[in-house]
Amino acid sequence: MSEAVLTLSNVGYRWPGRAGFALTVPDLAVALGESVLLLGESGSGKSTLLSLICGAILPDSGVVSIAGTEISSLSGGARDRYRAEQIGVIFQQFNLLPFGTVSDNILLPLRFAPARRKRAGVALAEATQLCATLGLPEGVGSEKASALSVGQQQRVAVARALIGHPPLIIADEPTSALDANSQAAFLDLLFAQTQTHQTSLLMVSHDPRLGERFDRVINIEDIAKIARSAS
Amino acid sequence: MIFRLAIASLLARTLTVGMTVLAIALSVALFLGVEKVRNGAKSSFADTISGTDLIVGARSGSVQLLLYSVFRIGSATNNLSWESYQDIAARPDVEWIVPISLGDSHRQFRVMGTTTAFFEHYKYRQGRSVKVSEGALMDDVFDTVIGADVAAALVYSVDDSIVVAHGLASFTEHKDQPFRVSGILEKTGTPVDRTVIVSLEAIEAIHVDWQSGAQLPGKATPLDVIREMDLTPQAVTAALVGVESPLQTFALQRAINDYSEEPLLAILPGVALQELWGIVGIAETALLAVSAMVVVTALIGMMATIFSSLNERRREMAIYRAMGARPVTILGMLVLEAVVMAAIGALLGLAFLYIGLAIAQPIVDSTFGLWLPIEMPSMQEVWVILAVVGAGAIVSLVPALRAYRMSVADGMMVKT
Repeated sequence: MSEAVLTLSNVGYRWPGRAGFALTVPDLAVALGESVLLLGESGSGKSTLLSLICGAILPDSGVVSIAGTEISSLSGGARDRYRAEQIGVIFQQFNLLPFGTVSDNILLPLRFAPARRKRAGVALAEATQLCATLGLPEGVGSEKASALSVGQQQRVAVARALIGHPPLIIADEPTSALDANSQAAFLDLLFAQTQTHQTSLLMVSHDPRLGERFDRVINIEDIAKIARSAS
Repeated sequence: MIFRLAIASLLARTLTVGMTVLAIALSVALFLGVEKVRNGAKSSFADTISGTDLIVGARSGSVQLLLYSVFRIGSATNNLSWESYQDIAARPDVEWIVPISLGDSHRQFRVMGTTTAFFEHYKYRQGRSVKVSEGALMDDVFDTVIGADVAAALVYSVDDSIVVAHGLASFTEHKDQPFRVSGILEKTGTPVDRTVIVSLEAIEAIHVDWQSGAQLPGKATPLDVIREMDLTPQAVTAALVGVESPLQTFALQRAINDYSEEPLLAILPGVALQELWGIVGIAETALLAVSAMVVVTALIGMMATIFSSLNERRREMAIYRAMGARPVTILGMLVLEAVVMAAIGALLGLAFLYIGLAIAQPIVDSTFGLWLPIEMPSMQEVWVILAVVGAGAIVSLVPALRAYRMSVADGMMVKT
């Protein structure tokens, strides 16, 4: 296996204010260019796991590293910036700032990530290019995000995650708001982009049918334990 | 970009943001308006009498002398004898002197006996003279010129006949000697508006048949005879004095105060006006304090608006966080939002003030005699606007800190 983009080892996290509940992830790794589907029902700790990976919350024990940097060693501000540099995030839905234009939304992560902005080159041109590649209509960049259909919004979210080529894309059920046809088309576009740029993809879903397109499918129960300890 | 997005976010909530901005604008306009009226009232008050260097009367207090001689409030305890008046008039440093004789009334208005020199020397609002708007100044002993408020309140016009009452609140009237209204004065915004002005001789004339404040029974000297009599008064109530050179004012004041024949008092009108303002100005300060509280209320309203928007904007915050925004950036954006709202509100308030002034200025001037100048915003007004913006920023810190804590706790995943 080639160099890992994301590794979690012996990670333990306790929810604050909910004594006794704890999430443990003994070992999880995603290699460069690898696509991984993480299957899990709601309440299985996915959201917490994603927050841990993104450094939005810190583990009580263990190590989370992204692209070779242990993120829990970074200060809060540096961690936020590191996230902006290294990770593209796609949510389930309502990904965009509805009052901003499509370009505003796509360029938003670059605002917080100088290195990624440099990688993106002429950012606006890059954004327009991505929109075209993702099959969005021409001139969509200056439109209000709220004017777009849900499927178009999700594609804008992909463009935003891809701009500046971060090594890791995290997608949290990005297709759940789409119908079956749109789902397939959406995944086609997503995979085409991640494969071109050797980007790692970690997607969370409850739908096992998506599994055949991924390099690896992991059940969240196999790697993460929710424990109710006595303490 | 963040700034633009913050503005776009505000625009997306036009209605609530607009209402908040409007509330701030109205409160700022009210505050600045009250301040404007306060300053206008203060300068109008200070401009009640100008061009007069000294006011001379019997010895009492300076505010008391000012009150009865200029504002026609209260009455003199003693008079200024005609001999003393002549002595002062004869001094070389006195350029002009105008006698004032008070004590009678017409309905609720005071009657003032003076000479036509009063119209020449009594000045208000930076040297304006009192002018006749209808008719002419008095020509005959039994002519009177009335102030604008008197004419309006009692519906008098030129050539109407009026009867003066003896004393200030009495039922005995000088029925035998009615006056003819020869002229009505322009509105000045000074106590002159509420004064019935007659000649100094007229005051003597109506008291010919009177002794010790009562009419002598059965005696009624015909008007023709009165006209022929020597109507030089024994005493006057006060006198307005102008000096040859301003440098002589204090020397003259001292000379009059040390006058050995009679206990007299000479006051500088400006100083006495200031002293009086110190008393009546408290009410204005209270008004200002109330309007300041209205501004505070509007800012707290803004805080409430931001608070209530936080829940529906959790998603927005999560997106910013996921894109790498630090919680401090979220906090900064909310404060920025508040500053923009407060600044637009304050500037809009200033605009409202000017629009209001442009509309109200002539009305306020003619109704209340209060002159509200339309000028560039003063330093003080600029400070008020800056203070509103600053206070807006401080007030918004409360919801912004809550958003900060929320965005730290939520991380970037918001359960939808």
